[in-house]
Amino acid sequence: MRAETRERIEKLFDRYPEKRGALLPALYLAQAERGFVDREAAREVAELFDLAPVEVMEVLTFYNMFHTEPQGRHHVYVCTSLPCSLRGSRTLLRELGEHLGVGPGETTADGRISLDREECLGSCGTAPVLRVDGRYCENLDLDSARRIVDELE
Amino acid sequence: MIEAPATTSYLSEHYADEAYATLSGYEAKGGYQGLEKALGMEPAAIREAVKSSGLRGRGGAGFVAGVKWGFMPEQSDAMKLIVCNGDESEPGSFKDRLIMERGPHQVLEGILIGAWAMGAERTYIYVRGEYALSADRLERAIQELRDKGKLGRDCSGKSGFSHDIIVHRGAGAYICGEETGLLESLEGKKGQPRSKPPFPAQYGAFGLPTTVNNVETFAHVPFILDRGVDWFRGFGTEKSPGTTLFGVSGHVERPGLFEKPLGTPLGELIELAGGVRGGRALKGVGPGGLSMPILPSSDLDVGMDEESLSARGSHLGTGGIMVMDETTCMVRVACVISYFFREESCGQCTQCREGTGWLHKLSRRIEGGRGQPGDLEVLGRLPKMMEAQTICAFSDAAAWPIQGLLRHFRDDFESHLPEKSCPFGEGFEL
Ligand SMILES: Cc1cc2nc3c(=O)[nH]c(=O)nc-3n(C[C@H](O)[C@H](O)[C@H](O)COP(=O)(O)O)c2cc1C
Ligand code: SF4
Repeated sequence: MRAETRERIEKLFDRYPEKRGALLPALYLAQAERGFVDREAAREVAELFDLAPVEVMEVLTFYNMFHTEPQGRHHVYVCTSLPCSLRGSRTLLRELGEHLGVGPGETTADGRISLDREECLGSCGTAPVLRVDGRYCENLDLDSARRIVDELE
Repeated sequence: MIEAPATTSYLSEHYADEAYATLSGYEAKGGYQGLEKALGMEPAAIREAVKSSGLRGRGGAGFVAGVKWGFMPEQSDAMKLIVCNGDESEPGSFKDRLIMERGPHQVLEGILIGAWAMGAERTYIYVRGEYALSADRLERAIQELRDKGKLGRDCSGKSGFSHDIIVHRGAGAYICGEETGLLESLEGKKGQPRSKPPFPAQYGAFGLPTTVNNVETFAHVPFILDRGVDWFRGFGTEKSPGTTLFGVSGHVERPGLFEKPLGTPLGELIELAGGVRGGRALKGVGPGGLSMPILPSSDLDVGMDEESLSARGSHLGTGGIMVMDETTCMVRVACVISYFFREESCGQCTQCREGTGWLHKLSRRIEGGRGQPGDLEVLGRLPKMMEAQTICAFSDAAAWPIQGLLRHFRDDFESHLPEKSCPFGEGFEL
């Protein structure tokens, strides 16, 4: 971890009655460096928090938004919960996968895009929805979804 | 960004106006007058007003907010906390997102009123990780308050009143919406719910006395203080006063959010969303988010409040209405629902961990035409074994919708068995 990341993490401590409260925001900062937090980075975070490495790994793997392995340059998530499914999101996921040549949970061979499914994104009124690098793209059909992923570098 | 609702009452009246999300825009529409009135009152009088307004929690359980506020210890050496639950992850529910994006100051004002009423010094707003815009809007609104001296020591022009508000982002786990799972998560742990008692008012986040309320619950509070209890009770029913933002999704012409009084008939809300798409016939409706039993099309006259819905064997939940037309295979619906719960179980309780897995396995087997004699009976028995013996209500929530499906749409399940395949060719893809 970079020294600057450590400093930013240490500044979070006094936002909580106990410093462990800052663990989730700290993991977000650690993840921002390379897009994932591996064992080595987790160990460094554990040290800052006076925790055992396993306690940090446990937290990392509990939450879907943390990654412990390298990811594609872009993340594309398709919501497959019931309201989106009723509006064709599973068809969209399958067709996007065919378009990109990967299945859910996989990354394209050139490392450009990681595709995955997600549970409800709170976009039921504007379904189907993609979450692309943290940004919501709503009211999609196959054409508009394809255009969005094609524009990712 | 989602669209402002087509029908408005008070909460969403100005949501179409971008400026309403800023302090000056909010104040221009009468914002923070409820807080001003509250700060001129004794804390106990505020708690009494909120209690007699009958405002019920909008996070799904419907507990009376004023009663909950009364559970906080009056005297406490330890700092008292408020936690605002913005983890909204219930499929079919997307109202809290709109409130945080369009009316962040409503939430903050409600929190500050609660803080004065309960003597709380600090609030954490737990926003689900995916809601980046919600978190940004809240952060911006909090900074505006800090800049104006409305947060901090002796804030909002009231000596002896100190409060600070911190936005804390989740990281993708449905169970962190359950209030004690949320508290664990806020402490930097896995979001696994705690056994209760002790309840959060005695032992909450970091062991401190804590009150947890939903985003929308807080958003109603300023209106109650500003316009009065009688005015608030002019909306909704005796036991469920006020409005809520009903979400209508699925097979309708114009999905979206519609602010209407609690008790509004289900059919009226579906009509507001343009009715069933393509003039098709209705098959079933999930009235309160994914966790609540699905109702048959004959229940359109039901009032959308907890009392009326529980008389029909379902619940209001979060008021997320999911509409399914005649092309829908209810066994596929069971597959989608049970997959969600299998994925999101925190795994602490055996009935929940194993039960959600079996519900999914059996639904998949039946849907794929591989159902075996006796599968339906097992599927029918499982939910009963999963109810009410677990650490949190998630297990019940996983069992209820499947029970509803088997009660009202048993034919769909039975027709898969002899045909050895799914008879609904036109339905949504699994
Ligand atoms: C499995 C489960 C998930 C929940 N998810 C949420 C949620 O996302 N947001 C929420 O406000 N309440 C959620 N709740 C309800 C909370 O536990 C709690 O009752 C609520 O936040 C209290 O606020 P209220 O009284 O203002 O509704 C959930 C409950 C359960 C059992
Ligand atoms: S009921 Fe399920 S989600 Fe709730 S604590 Fe038990 S295992 Fe976890």
